[in-house]
Amino acid sequence: MAKIALQNLKHSYMTRTTSADDWALKEVDAVWENGGAYALLGPSGCGKTTLLNIISGLLVPTEGRVLFDDIDVTDTPTIERHIAQVFQFPVVYDTMTVYDNLAFPLRNRGVAEDKIASRVQTIAKMLDLESSLKRRASGLTADGKQKISLGRGLVREDVNVIMFDEPLTVIDPHLKWLLRSKLKELHQHVGATMIYVTHDQTEALTFADSVVVMHDGAVVQVGSPVELFEHPRHTFVGHFIGSPGMNVLPCEVHDGSVIFADAVVTTATPPASNSIDGRLEIGVRPEFVRFDTGGIAVEIVKVDDLGRVQIVETHRDGYTIKLVVDEDQEIPSENPRIAFNPDYTRLYVDKWVVDHEQ
Amino acid sequence: MNDRTANPRAWWFVLPVLVLVAFNALIPLMTVVNYSVQETFGDNVFFWEGLKWFEQVLNSDRFHESFLRQLAFTGMILAIEVPLGIAVALSMPRKGPWVSVCLVLMALPLLIPWNVVGAMWNIFALPDIGLLGRMINGMGIDYNFTQQPVAAWLTTVLMDVWHWTSLVVLLAYAGLCSIPDAYYQAAKIDGASAWAVFRYIQLPKMKRVLTIAILLRFMDSFMIYTEPFVLTGGGPGNTTTFLSIDLVKIALGQFDLGPAAAMSLIYFLVVLLVCWIFYTLTMRNESQ
Repeated sequence: MAKIALQNLKHSYMTRTTSADDWALKEVDAVWENGGAYALLGPSGCGKTTLLNIISGLLVPTEGRVLFDDIDVTDTPTIERHIAQVFQFPVVYDTMTVYDNLAFPLRNRGVAEDKIASRVQTIAKMLDLESSLKRRASGLTADGKQKISLGRGLVREDVNVIMFDEPLTVIDPHLKWLLRSKLKELHQHVGATMIYVTHDQTEALTFADSVVVMHDGAVVQVGSPVELFEHPRHTFVGHFIGSPGMNVLPCEVHDGSVIFADAVVTTATPPASNSIDGRLEIGVRPEFVRFDTGGIAVEIVKVDDLGRVQIVETHRDGYTIKLVVDEDQEIPSENPRIAFNPDYTRLYVDKWVVDHEQ
Repeated sequence: MNDRTANPRAWWFVLPVLVLVAFNALIPLMTVVNYSVQETFGDNVFFWEGLKWFEQVLNSDRFHESFLRQLAFTGMILAIEVPLGIAVALSMPRKGPWVSVCLVLMALPLLIPWNVVGAMWNIFALPDIGLLGRMINGMGIDYNFTQQPVAAWLTTVLMDVWHWTSLVVLLAYAGLCSIPDAYYQAAKIDGASAWAVFRYIQLPKMKRVLTIAILLRFMDSFMIYTEPFVLTGGGPGNTTTFLSIDLVKIALGQFDLGPAAAMSLIYFLVVLLVCWIFYTLTMRNESQ
């Protein structure tokens, strides 16, 4: 068990860096508490796997430090870090039985056979692998193999952190759900810090207490699923989390008020000054937009009925604004006008939220 | 799946292949079968002899000796080339600018025509003017492959190792390159030693290509002719007369077409049998 601290981590796969694009990881500072369940969420190529491999010691960062319980482990080899990692594609040792696969990490560390036997039994029970212990690992299905990969991580008692690198990619959808709840259950059981890398927001939001959103080699926000939903600190978080994503609309600031489409928009935090440099945008989630006869005139383009809710796509001055409304709510047929809920409408400057509270 | 329409005209498409195979395999093979059961004294006059030639070949000491020589040679080169090939493949870089350099260097011996290899080694190993021969003799070791059977064997085996280890290297290397990085990373996390990585990851993943490599090396070495023929001519005496060399001696040297045909059929069946057994065994392991 350990608290993980990442200090000014930067990494590049090139030997010489000339521009910002050469960095796979731009600057990451984070502290992850002991026993927490964290998800690293971001699109492919945003640096998630790089970050994970730095924590596990498979990569040494170009700059910055990694601390486990305040001890610098940046240059410590993988085997001494007591971490477990489950990869995107299941890794099993084909020629071994399931039992030998699970026993492998312990045997490599010179643990006594009787101790191994009891550990393997415990883990096999946890993962429902008891019946196939004697079988050759190569004959198992993808989810069975992924369970073995996971089991090899859990079998060691000294594991500080268990890391998952998109572990459910090759698993069938209905098994995905089962395995995900299994992971959640294991987390409560084992109590180790767990880091879960994914580009799937549902996976991240269901697994983790705290979600770390990454974009373009940097961490843009760390927060609970609710925080990420209600209070996105970066327009990327707004886009990436939620379906449909947040409406991001260009705006202007005059005399301390935010103007969009000739109308004053009230935001959760008013702009600090009358003139702000940079690209100004307002962000509001479709869930916080409603039809309001006193609001901004729009033109309805499309209505998607999803059953419990309807998604209404509207246009104003060439910009798309989406609304999520209840299934039984009537959609105005003439002169539709919309309004934003001020508590969840925020001003963004160069994609970062304008916020004085934090 | 029973609604397939059977169209017998499709068989016509097989015809060209059939003709081709007939001309390059079936017809030549049948002439050999023809010779193996008959006696001829020229003028295309043939006498039926039944299985006489087969009995004669199978009971001849000469065939037994060259067969044993052949087995010993193939066994030796397999025992050297396969482990050596794997070792070289393991030590080759998997990334970076040196990859192509290594691959080209490895492929070079494979590109040299067989008789050139024989001639090269012949000169290279000559005790009076060859670089290798002079060096060995210079170290005080009496070495002359044209006169000493042991020296002739060592030189022949060394030549084959030089010529063909690369094939095993290239195949094993291809097998190694196909192993995803995740396996090595997982092994690191599991605390596996270098030996365990080799034993449980690299070797199992190389199994298929190694099967092919062993099969190819078995067949090629079992049928080896040109290189030892140019290097030693089968000598000194008969000490490096392998099956093919012996066969050519009987067929073209003595012009005993009947026994030669019988011998080549036996030879062919042996190669076929060994390949079949080997293949079945490895594939059965695979499916378990």
